[in-house]
Amino acid sequence: MKLQKNTLFALYSVLESASHPERQLSAGEIARKYGISPHHLAKVLHTLAQARVVESVRGVGGGYRFAGNAKRLTLMDVIELFENVSAPARSAAPRRRRASGEAGVERALATVLAEIDEIAKATFRSISIATMLKLVERRRA
Amino acid sequence: MNAAAPAPAAAVRVRNVQAGDLGDVAAIDLEITRVPKPEYWAEIYHRYGTGRRQQRFFLVAEAAGRIEGFVIGEVRDWEFGSPRCGWVFAINVRPKARLAGIGSRLLGAICEGFRHLGVIKVRTLLGRDNQLILSFFRSQGMMAAPFIPLEIDLEPQGTDGK
Repeated sequence: MKLQKNTLFALYSVLESASHPERQLSAGEIARKYGISPHHLAKVLHTLAQARVVESVRGVGGGYRFAGNAKRLTLMDVIELFENVSAPARSAAPRRRRASGEAGVERALATVLAEIDEIAKATFRSISIATMLKLVERRRA
Repeated sequence: MNAAAPAPAAAVRVRNVQAGDLGDVAAIDLEITRVPKPEYWAEIYHRYGTGRRQQRFFLVAEAAGRIEGFVIGEVRDWEFGSPRCGWVFAINVRPKARLAGIGSRLLGAICEGFRHLGVIKVRTLLGRDNQLILSFFRSQGMMAAPFIPLEIDLEPQGTDGK
């Protein structure tokens, strides 16, 4: 399971806002910290706001504030907003007519890739934003 | 506090299981798994609850005279090729008593027991669809271990042509 850029930006934004739930953070502020495009990040934040993971605060000093339950919201909840996680595992080879032997190889490989995906999904489902923030703290220490 | 509210963790006492607790333990398990297994619990008590082996732990969390949760584990040497470590193989809290820190108290208590035996690593194994307990262990700081569980379906005897 390879996460797209938007998904990673969303995870940065959620973790950043959840670590300062009392503050409104601007897209520019988060973008500068992670070295990403504010324009790109604004779209990601818009999706997060629509899902009520963050709330948009308008006006002077406005920005985005964490609006979820950090103990209940999991990494997978955020990832699912940006990725089609129910899609079957990727095929290892480009699509074309293939002999039955080749199809067997592809199916076997797809089984292994699906196994990896399932483990990745279970990991993302088991880690809440609160747990992730604790992990960030431990890594800083 | 109304009668349905969970007891705060401070009002909970974690202690070794006693024979009289087994009914409550089995009832908690039944409430969660919906599968009655009285013989299993009698066997587990016999193996882990009688205190005959120092490295085996069967602890319960008691509040207001009622068992609200339990944890079972043991210290094992060279299991799966791993040096001495603590294994937690069951932890459960009565659903209505959750979100009050009882699971953390139970895990903390068994880890303390492991620590007294010189153990510095604690492991467990869970179904990957068991999101609730997986999230609990994750919240306690547990990370993926360097193991991959594997399994195979065995053909019934006599179907492989031998």
